[in-house]
Amino acid sequence: MKGLDRNLPTWVNVGLLPLLNVVTALLVSAVVFWLIDVNPLEAAEILLYGAFGYQEGIGFTLYYTTNFIFTGLAVAIAFHVGLFNIGGEGQAYIGGLGVGLLCLALDASVPGPVLLLLSALSAALFGAAWAFIPGWLQAYRGSHIVITTIMFNFLASSLMVYLMVNVLREPGQMAPQSRALAETAWLPYIHDLFAAIGVEFERSPLNISLFLALLCAFGAWVFVWKTKWGYEIRTVGSNQQAAVYAGIKPARVMLLAMAISGALAGFVGVNEINGVQHRLLLDFHYGYGFAGIAVALMGRNHPIGIVLAALLFGALYQGGAELAFEMSNVNRDIVVVMQGLVILFCGALEFLYKPLIANMFKEKTA
Amino acid sequence: MIDTLILTLDATMRVSTPLIFAALAGMFSERSGVVDISLEGKMLAAAFTAAAVAYLTNSAWLGLSAAIMVSVCLAMLHGVACVTFRGNQVVSGVAINILAAGLTMTLGLSWFKQGGQTPQLTDAARFSTIEFPGAEMMREVPVIGGIYSEMLSGHNIFVYLAFLAVPFTWWLLFRTRFGLRLRAVGENPKAVDTAGISVHRMRFAALLCAGILCGFAGAYISSAQNAQFVRDMTAGQGFIALAALIFGKWRPLPVLGACLLFGFLDAVAVRLQGVEIPGLGKAPIQLIEALPYILTVVLLAGFFGKAVAPKAIGLPYVKER
Repeated sequence: MKGLDRNLPTWVNVGLLPLLNVVTALLVSAVVFWLIDVNPLEAAEILLYGAFGYQEGIGFTLYYTTNFIFTGLAVAIAFHVGLFNIGGEGQAYIGGLGVGLLCLALDASVPGPVLLLLSALSAALFGAAWAFIPGWLQAYRGSHIVITTIMFNFLASSLMVYLMVNVLREPGQMAPQSRALAETAWLPYIHDLFAAIGVEFERSPLNISLFLALLCAFGAWVFVWKTKWGYEIRTVGSNQQAAVYAGIKPARVMLLAMAISGALAGFVGVNEINGVQHRLLLDFHYGYGFAGIAVALMGRNHPIGIVLAALLFGALYQGGAELAFEMSNVNRDIVVVMQGLVILFCGALEFLYKPLIANMFKEKTA
Repeated sequence: MIDTLILTLDATMRVSTPLIFAALAGMFSERSGVVDISLEGKMLAAAFTAAAVAYLTNSAWLGLSAAIMVSVCLAMLHGVACVTFRGNQVVSGVAINILAAGLTMTLGLSWFKQGGQTPQLTDAARFSTIEFPGAEMMREVPVIGGIYSEMLSGHNIFVYLAFLAVPFTWWLLFRTRFGLRLRAVGENPKAVDTAGISVHRMRFAALLCAGILCGFAGAYISSAQNAQFVRDMTAGQGFIALAALIFGKWRPLPVLGACLLFGFLDAVAVRLQGVEIPGLGKAPIQLIEALPYILTVVLLAGFFGKAVAPKAIGLPYVKER
């Protein structure tokens, strides 16, 4: 492919090409809808209504968005140092374990605000630790981060099943889940906050961890673009050799980036366990880690892009649930298909249209 | 005790079969320099296709052919993304895995209306077992009889094919010109290019082999080992195969060994379900199931031996002008 090497104007690279890719992903999704005998336009209408059409839907959309912001930022921070962290799945799971263990131990004795603060810290710490090991193995032992993070996803899963079945299960319960946490460990719901100031808002799982997510997005922007550490991360990410000459130790920078990445993914546990489930259980993390890859790719690894992409994915998740509810021959997995297509076209095939566009530019200038 | 061992080994052969196919598939792809974490997705799509087509046509062989076709299509998609357009190979693999998971469920529900499963296959639409001559007579002979009639005889054709595929792959990769070129493309593509051989064409050829083998793996799971497709049927076996590929250091015989070891662990874990071990209490099944992943991580960290990947792995080839 000849045009792949040609340089194109910035607006084409960051604007036109990504746009064409997203449109292609949506068009192929439309073909899938058509394959299963669903009118794509009708489906889009139901999706949009489900995601934004009524208060409860909006609540659910933003609740999913919260998780996607966390995992999207996690993937992005690792990307900036040149590592591909596909272990968000496991890190989110272990982050939730961190929340659960802490709250199960302390929820009777520690007052609410302190407990919530501690459990957020615990989520970050557990998630960071789970990402730190693959990071360390990559930086100091040369084992490939992609493979180790895949393995760590499975290890997280096995560990959680073991703990839930044998250690943390509520006595006398068949289902592998812990006892319910005391209310001091619950994050306030947004609808309760609204009610407190006299505004009516339908009940939904949306809780204040959305603000934590937005804070993280802002924090990530400051960290990556405004601090010394962020500068080092970007330097190592773009040219490791040059970084060494500049006196940066790539291994340590990688560890830092992986730990932060894991901590961000771990916050999914705060939204899920403190915010919604109020007990520790299996598979509360399901799919958010992998979706984070799509979110980061779509958002071009920039916090603003990630928040927007997370909102899109939140809407897709909630709209997809509505679609599955409305149509008997559709289930929520259609969203997984769309997610796969976004990753395919925005990530793997990101240069799909480059030769074509490059040709058009050549003709114009010739 | 001997009988238990024979039964466990018998199960090991059955469980290892898809791992062997998939790990060999990964070997073709990765030896040519293309990372293949989409083994899982290709297997899953193939499993679904095999069950769906076998049900509709009532022919196991048509199911297998269709499974191979679908798996090859996904492999070619991977090739277009990361060979032709130089996309990120890991991203492409993740995309294919997610796409396969979503599509199998979406199409399954819409076509068969059974919550994403395919209907049960009749015997005609499945691969039946092959009894070795004299297996029944041998059954009574102690030890050898058990090994012959229980462990070696009575599997379906895939199991034997998987074990034959290992020496065949070894021969193809290490004793033919095609294999030499394929391995060279994964180690030093520039040299291959200089010799006037197309790097891209070699990588596509390698992916074609990978697609065919994943087709076998998937068809085995849904239409030989089981008699229908169910949600997430491959359950991470593609990743176990990937682990086996690394654990076997990208070489046919060690990879076979790794597949058998991982299969054995799986068979043992099933056998130990709920069994009390004296002094230890209930066996932690999850630990045994997690062993392949732990072993692979430890190996990759270089704590015993060293797994050296093909040098050009993960790098798109750019011809210099």
